[in-house]
Amino acid sequence: MVRERETPKQQQQVSYTVEQLVAVNPYNPDILPDLENYVNEQVSSQTYSLDANLCLLRLYQFEPERMSTQIVARILVKALMAMPAPDFSLCLFLIPERVQMEEQFKTLIVLSHYLETGRFRQFWDEAAKNRHIVEAVPALTRGLNAGFEQAIQTYAIHVLSLTYQKIPRPVLAEAINIEGLSLDKFLEHQAANSGWILEKGHGRGQLIVLPRNEFNHPELKKSTADSVPLEHITRIFPILG
Amino acid sequence: MAANYDYDEAPATYDDANRQELGYDPNFVPDSVKSFVVHLYRHIREKNVYEIHQMYEISFQKLSDRLFKDTPWPSVDAVAHYVDNDQVFCLLYREMWFRHLYARLSPTLKQRIDSWDNYCSLFQVVLHRVVNMQLPNQWLWDMVDEFVYQFQSFCQYRAKMKNKTEQEIALLRQFDQAWNVYGVLNYLQAFVEKSNIIQILEQEKEGIEQFTATDGYDYSGGSNVLKVLGYFSMVGLLRVHCLLGDYQTGLKCLLSIDINQQGVYTSVIGSHITTIYHYGFASLMMRRYVKAIREFNKMLLYIYKTKQYHQKSPQYEQILKKNEQMYALLAICLSLCPQTKLVEETVNSQLREKYGEKMARMQRYDDEAFAIYDELFSYACPKFITPSAPSFEEPLVNYNQDAYRLQLKLFLYEVKQQQLLSGVRTFLKVYSTISLGKLANYMEVDEPTLRTILFSYKHKTHAVDSDGKIISNADVDFYIDDDMIHVVESKPVKRFGDYFLRQIVKLEGVINDMDRIRLE
Repeated sequence: MVRERETPKQQQQVSYTVEQLVAVNPYNPDILPDLENYVNEQVSSQTYSLDANLCLLRLYQFEPERMSTQIVARILVKALMAMPAPDFSLCLFLIPERVQMEEQFKTLIVLSHYLETGRFRQFWDEAAKNRHIVEAVPALTRGLNAGFEQAIQTYAIHVLSLTYQKIPRPVLAEAINIEGLSLDKFLEHQAANSGWILEKGHGRGQLIVLPRNEFNHPELKKSTADSVPLEHITRIFPILG
Repeated sequence: MAANYDYDEAPATYDDANRQELGYDPNFVPDSVKSFVVHLYRHIREKNVYEIHQMYEISFQKLSDRLFKDTPWPSVDAVAHYVDNDQVFCLLYREMWFRHLYARLSPTLKQRIDSWDNYCSLFQVVLHRVVNMQLPNQWLWDMVDEFVYQFQSFCQYRAKMKNKTEQEIALLRQFDQAWNVYGVLNYLQAFVEKSNIIQILEQEKEGIEQFTATDGYDYSGGSNVLKVLGYFSMVGLLRVHCLLGDYQTGLKCLLSIDINQQGVYTSVIGSHITTIYHYGFASLMMRRYVKAIREFNKMLLYIYKTKQYHQKSPQYEQILKKNEQMYALLAICLSLCPQTKLVEETVNSQLREKYGEKMARMQRYDDEAFAIYDELFSYACPKFITPSAPSFEEPLVNYNQDAYRLQLKLFLYEVKQQQLLSGVRTFLKVYSTISLGKLANYMEVDEPTLRTILFSYKHKTHAVDSDGKIISNADVDFYIDDDMIHVVESKPVKRFGDYFLRQIVKLEGVINDMDRIRLE
């Protein structure tokens, strides 16, 4: 199913207008169709706007008869892709309980739960069993599901980078759901572009050294605690003369 | 615009039986009331803000206590001719009239609708006409605060469909625009926009405008009403969005107000507390626990130091209630995100007194713990609303608890996800290094499960702030090297910078005082 795609220029115009609407006239039932279209825009062009989606969920809250569960499902999938930001739960706060009881939403909530609790293996298993939900974000090109997978892999790597200085290959593989030759290729790419270093472990296979940051290398933690913002210093300028 | 207060037709079938005295005559105006409206009208015309404030805060309360303990004030029709039938004054009088009614009595549905009409008329005047008044900030805040309160009250009332009489249902159907959520939000938004308050606040930072320095008052002959209503409407919007469960947008509405500094929002104690309470609550729901803890701590300390000055004020009870609620929220935040150095001594000792035992039990994360989280959350949370119009189909149901139940459920869900973190924290505090295998053993889980716990710990203790940056909240942290966990102790950092700044300013103050003595 091929949908007519707007030219990039038209796309930009539409999203500019919608963002403007959300900023200037958000409490207006007439913009509901625009917001729904915008959700589909976000899906097809791999962009994302939490504010616009929250605006739409609010309108659905005000007029429940106009709610489209399909659109809501798409919003939730996009929110999942925004992790580690808490967008998924922010959206759930606005979705009525009885809607959350529907199968597709229960599954999405389970998926979110796995990601929130670091259960990557269970997540990938469940996602594989429910491809149709993930594909509620329609696959216009093969690249789109790659968009979802990629987003979750980015989140997984984020969590790994908070946790590990050196991570064993199997742990990494399970977290990002890539194995064998694909994993080799992936690691080469990361080594070349993101500063990953591949080491030999103690006979137990590869160790991957992740880039240094203040979370996995505490000595790098900037002592922000004692920095004083300039505005506070201005208080004593008159005294200092 | 003349209201028709036919109390006879109001059916007496509410929870609080209507106590409309058979002796209440809306047209009887005691002399003290006549004097009150005449003087108030004059002070408003003469823009004597101080006198207006005295009459509004003190005289109105005194008269209410003395003459109108459980009856409404005289109707606006009865007093209108004492004030030249001035339209704006009558709207203001009616606003106070309804506020008094809501506070002392139970409004009927017709009265709720009439109050909405009055707000619409009053707000239209302010938004579309040139209003040449200066009103005290207390009054302007009360207007916005009451507006949102009556909206919340109406939604709660409307959601209890089960025992509605036929007349009530007919009225609800007929006046379906009254207190509709679009109207409420759009009025608040209109105030923000028409007053240009966001640009004013920005230009103030560059020194082009004056607003905070004058507490919002206009000393160049103009009016403060629209500007200050615009300012307080930002807080009103934060509050409404919290009632709807949209915490992100609520916080966004407050962006122009810097809560790290004094501002017009601190000029009225009610506004100060409402702002911080909702800011803190929204932050809690967005998992920005450290932010919430910081703000609750500051506010609770401020209340502790200043509440004695408000003992006689009509707001006193509300202040005390919000104080208790914020302690409960603080207890929740600290149980979910233990911190050692963020809470002031006084606040901490009060907290231990009220919730010390409960906090210890909350951090055990068993069934009892969840019951306590439930209890504290339910006590301290805002009165969430369902904004949509009711269904008039049989069978009529009460759905006034739905919104609250959803927020509670999702909150407890988050608490549950943090269940295992407390266990791992205890172990991390004891070891400086430990292998994954050993720790898994002690915690009686297998290694893969331990890894998920550690991932979860990292994820939950590293929040995403409003700029998208990652901030660590962890009081105990770690990193893993292959299969070895290295624990990182976060040393409490002494903040010398702030201390020196304070002392410099203090010393300068003392020197200035001494200089002044010498001159005299």
